[in-house]
Amino acid sequence: MAITDAPKIITSRFGYDDSHTITRYVSTGGYQALRKALEMSPAEVGEQVKSASLLGRGGAGFPAGVKWTLAPADVWPRYLVVNGDESEPGTYKDRILMERDPHQLIEGVLLACYAIGAGQAFLYVRGEMALAQERIAEALSEAYKAGYVGRNILGSDYSIDVVLTWGAGAYIVGEETALIESLEGNRGMPRLKPPFFPAAKGLYMQPTIVNNVETLSNLPWIVNNGGEAFAALGAEGSKGTRMFAVSGHVRNPGVFEVEYGVTTFRDLIYAPVYAGGIRDGNQLKAFIPGGGSAPWFFEEHLDLPLEKATVDKAGSMLGSGAIVVMDDTTDAVKACLRLVRFYARESCGKCTPCREGTTWLERILQRVLDGHGRPSDLELLMDVSDNISPGLTWPPKQTTICPLGPSATAPIASALGRFRDEFEARITMAEEARTSVPVELKAPSHA
Amino acid sequence: MPEPEAPPADGVAVEIDGREIIARKGELLIDAAERHGTYIPRFCYHERMRPVGMCRMCIVEVDTGRGPALQPSCMLECTPGMKVSTDSEVTKKAQDGVLEFLLINHPLDCPVCDKGGECPLQDQTVAYGPGESRMVEEKRHKEKPIPISDLVLLDRERCILCDRCTRFAKEVAGDPLIHFIHRGNNTEVNTFPDEPFASYFSGNTVQICPVGALTASPFRFKARPWDLETTESTCTQCSVGCRISIDSSRDQVQRFAGVDIDPVNWGWLCDKGRFSHEAVTSDARLGEPLVRQGDDLVPTRWADALERAASALRAATPQSVGVIGGARLTNEGAYAWAKLAKGVLGTDNVDAQLGDGLPAQVVLGLPRATIDQVCAPGGTVLYLGPDPKEELPVLFLRLRHAALDDGVTVVEVSPRSSGLTSLAAASLHPRPGEAGELVAALVATTEADRDVAGVAAADINAARSLIARSSGPLSVVLGRPSLAESADGLVDAAGAIVAARPDARFLPALRRANVHGALDMGLAPGLLPGRVALDDGRDWFSGTWPSLPAEPGLDTEGILRAAADGRIDVLVLLGADPLADFPDADLAERGLAGARTVIALDTLLNASSRRADIVLAAAGFAEQAGTTTNLEGRVSTLSQRVTPPGTARPDWMLAAELAVRLGADLGFGDAAEVLAEIGRVAPSHLGLDLAALEGAPDGVLLPLGTPEPTTSADADTQAGGEADAAAVRADAADDVDTTQAEDAAATVAEGEATAEARDAADEGAPAGGDDVVPPPDPGPQAPALVSFTAGVASPTPPLDAYAFRLIATRKLYDQGTIVQASGHLAGLAPGTTARIHPADADRLGLVAGDRVVVRSPRTSLTLPVHPDGGVPRGAVALVLNQADVRVGDLVAVDAPVTELRIETAS
Repeated sequence: MAITDAPKIITSRFGYDDSHTITRYVSTGGYQALRKALEMSPAEVGEQVKSASLLGRGGAGFPAGVKWTLAPADVWPRYLVVNGDESEPGTYKDRILMERDPHQLIEGVLLACYAIGAGQAFLYVRGEMALAQERIAEALSEAYKAGYVGRNILGSDYSIDVVLTWGAGAYIVGEETALIESLEGNRGMPRLKPPFFPAAKGLYMQPTIVNNVETLSNLPWIVNNGGEAFAALGAEGSKGTRMFAVSGHVRNPGVFEVEYGVTTFRDLIYAPVYAGGIRDGNQLKAFIPGGGSAPWFFEEHLDLPLEKATVDKAGSMLGSGAIVVMDDTTDAVKACLRLVRFYARESCGKCTPCREGTTWLERILQRVLDGHGRPSDLELLMDVSDNISPGLTWPPKQTTICPLGPSATAPIASALGRFRDEFEARITMAEEARTSVPVELKAPSHA
Repeated sequence: MPEPEAPPADGVAVEIDGREIIARKGELLIDAAERHGTYIPRFCYHERMRPVGMCRMCIVEVDTGRGPALQPSCMLECTPGMKVSTDSEVTKKAQDGVLEFLLINHPLDCPVCDKGGECPLQDQTVAYGPGESRMVEEKRHKEKPIPISDLVLLDRERCILCDRCTRFAKEVAGDPLIHFIHRGNNTEVNTFPDEPFASYFSGNTVQICPVGALTASPFRFKARPWDLETTESTCTQCSVGCRISIDSSRDQVQRFAGVDIDPVNWGWLCDKGRFSHEAVTSDARLGEPLVRQGDDLVPTRWADALERAASALRAATPQSVGVIGGARLTNEGAYAWAKLAKGVLGTDNVDAQLGDGLPAQVVLGLPRATIDQVCAPGGTVLYLGPDPKEELPVLFLRLRHAALDDGVTVVEVSPRSSGLTSLAAASLHPRPGEAGELVAALVATTEADRDVAGVAAADINAARSLIARSSGPLSVVLGRPSLAESADGLVDAAGAIVAARPDARFLPALRRANVHGALDMGLAPGLLPGRVALDDGRDWFSGTWPSLPAEPGLDTEGILRAAADGRIDVLVLLGADPLADFPDADLAERGLAGARTVIALDTLLNASSRRADIVLAAAGFAEQAGTTTNLEGRVSTLSQRVTPPGTARPDWMLAAELAVRLGADLGFGDAAEVLAEIGRVAPSHLGLDLAALEGAPDGVLLPLGTPEPTTSADADTQAGGEADAAAVRADAADDVDTTQAEDAAATVAEGEATAEARDAADEGAPAGGDDVVPPPDPGPQAPALVSFTAGVASPTPPLDAYAFRLIATRKLYDQGTIVQASGHLAGLAPGTTARIHPADADRLGLVAGDRVVVRSPRTSLTLPVHPDGGVPRGAVALVLNQADVRVGDLVAVDAPVTELRIETAS
């Protein structure tokens, strides 16, 4: 199995320069699914999605059709929240989808709202994505004018409003409960689940379905072609196609829509139609299969298919579909520090282990990198990680509310597990190679 | 706190460390475990606020059938079959890890930290923490304490970001002025730029801070917690009666802290109450008696001061003696002075209120509600009192919680918007002086078809339907929202409510300290101790008291008028300052000038006692034991923690000393004996004694049980009395265990029982029910308690289209004696401006800051104007008792409203 000729489900318009306009969208079959759905009952639409076995594309990979049924019956109003706060390191598929085909997302939102009976949809776009915001706003405005959104859509008695919100630049708001807090106007900090499962107590404590941009972008195709057609693609347990963003030390980084569960990591990283292999003829050192939070994979994992269950079983995750490739010029300690620093900076500050622990890890790593590490620091790194994510198991356990804290421990467990020698070399490095004063041990600058 | 109890029928069986316990339905694991003797460590959890699961200290391994997982016990409701390990290796490692994380950046300045010695973080660390830090890096540094308000400082290095203070500010106080800023390791609590944490409740954040991050400027570096001696008492800064602890060191009061009792304050205090401890230790405290010598008050010996006072009293006829004040006193002090004034001197010119409350017969005669009843979930409250945030702050917190969390519908009728307005389902602002008419329309059987008191008919009908649809009993909070209009309108309102809603219960919102206790003790014209009318109680009291006044006397207004006319020989001020507090400053001035001898009992000199001829130095708060009664009629204890300054004496003792010099014996030698006599003779207090109070940590609600006849006043506590006291204790114990609803129901039942007994007493039938021990000796029946009878509604004052009507309200901080003697509070009094509706300002061409002349028939004041949308059109709102502006000068107490003209100052 390798590169398949499966249809492009969500990137079909990427070839057009004007793919973001309503003219192009409608002329290429856009909003047909909406017309079709309005002829169906909401339950029938839900049934199509369920039969498609569409897994959520945000990271956790929960079946979308099942998620829709989790809202308690007869509790109204309920909301759809679109998670466009894509910020997992290495991930940029949702941004491209919003920039290149915003109407497809809007149509997906309308279909989802219809199926779940949402009274209002909130589209939350990450703060830094200026072009995506512009395109979405323009597209929504066009859709309102054309009667696809708003009151009595296409002459039916179905009405829905879509509210746009821009984030303020916090990674954690990509976590659904933190996103809901942010939507409500609060500081973006996650809520504890239970009791605050969004499907039961979400936005304004009402049932709320939170879906990822890519997940919703699949809906027009599924409704047009039927859930069965979607489920016919891909592998058992990972149906349809999926977008993967490949970055790092490859010749041709980019976002690729591939058949889910069938294509392998080797295909994606090395095939000329995809990432085109490691740069400069270097060797692969390691790669992250599913965004910065995922444990690292190595050479021996290349032939695994891009399939959820297989990757889970191998001890990592496909997560948000971001593959970061590191070649053999990469310094494992630096790479590890870089990732840990990201999580330390982005910790929301709510849970003690994450707030204090991630920064502590970062400071130990910085010290090791500077050549001022102690042999005991490697055990300390592991033990501090263990206090954030007990047992350092996969999937991770956590002493925190959300998985951000454990995310910072994944690169440490991976890098230290595989490249312990590099850490030890830093600790025993020659005196003259060290920075003169450890950054962290300088006298405090305050009075 | 573990409590013995039978497992509830809907209990939830949970296994904690291999031991099965029965949790209550919906109970959080952390509470259920604690109640059954397993304390789970915590920092962010606080039982009076919503859990956030933030510090992660309380995580424990919980197995709900899917294998053990770490869960925060503060956010987990107990479910059947849950297995919890609070001491497993995984739990311990996780908790140790959290503690280490909290400590790595926490400064080691415990030796200079106010919290050291009572710090949960320190305690946890000593008990379980690592011996040394594994972090070798430099700790996080921030600027050492920054003031976030005038009273609170924040040390961000010490902060463990538990969200307690910020949650309190937002959830409990409704002043979300502190918040988290920045992210991750740089997260800190702070105010918004240039917006201090100016909350009336800021001190609570200091108390609930689990580390020394928040400290109170009045207490910083004053004492170490282990040097403090602590006694529980009751705050007397207003009539809410918050339970507090008094901490002292070296016989000096150092601080007050809130004590959590369910029926009243839930552990919270307002800053005025909390920081008024500075007034106790003020340098200005009176430590010796003073007598007038020309223009000066000079210290003298007690024998001299008392003899001068006694001779002035001896020379006066009963009708020429007036006694004003008493709200500062303990119940014992109030009773002793009532007995001295009415029983020895024979005068009924006695009034604990200063024309700023409601007639005592109305306050005592209306069916009383408790705070819990007012705040009972789903209920309806008609609020006719002063701004609770300014005058009864912790009642405001309870009402806020009731409105926001317990679905209580608040309908507010007030002359201007208040702290309650944003919480009220409807808020109506009648023209000053016309509240009675508006309330009558609100409870009328038919809809209003016209505007009433300046309020639109549609608004009245909307509020009317809110009141009409209330299913449970209607709760009414009744007080004096503005002192520039007479109390008649509110009495009329009460009459209309009682007629339309016989189920209505009233919480009287008289604000001053122990004013309710003073009224209960008979410090009001026409009343005797125990809520009985003078004429009804004659027989009952004749055995105990040497004599009784021949006829009902004068209230404060009447006394001041008589004094101004030269008919008062001796005016006694029991901690009262009529010059500052009586609404009509001119009458107060003339009254004080006209009295031949003025005797003042006080802890600090005030404007009025500076004019006295004899000043008797009284022991103050924390300096004497006794009891106090709050606005619910809840009697609770006051404790002595320190010795009074100099030779200052308790008020009851001064009454007793004077009685001796007047040839009488009041019959008691200490405060406990006074209380015992109250429990024997005051019909609403029968059976009350120290034992009953000690058995009731939440206090004892009045009126008590059934009237208990006694034959002789000096008899020792009789068997019947003891039985009754035991019944009181049992009641109090019930209070602790029952839920709020049961509690409320029990109180209602008790009230009904009392009413029945009262009826029985009226008919001369022997009192008693199944649970009442029959009296050993048949004797005279206790007199019936006063009850409320509505009078004829007073006429609506005619409207003068050219005039504004004055609204005179209070702020928490003013020029009051205690606030001004509390160093850190003194500067917080905000002053006043003339607040008028923006449309009125436009009409007059005025902008904020313009100086205007506000002229009443009496006089005029010049002050800046401030447009304020919370003031209705046609009214001017001024704040009483602020520096440089004597609002009382404008008010004529005999006019139903105070009409003003506004003139632009040149």
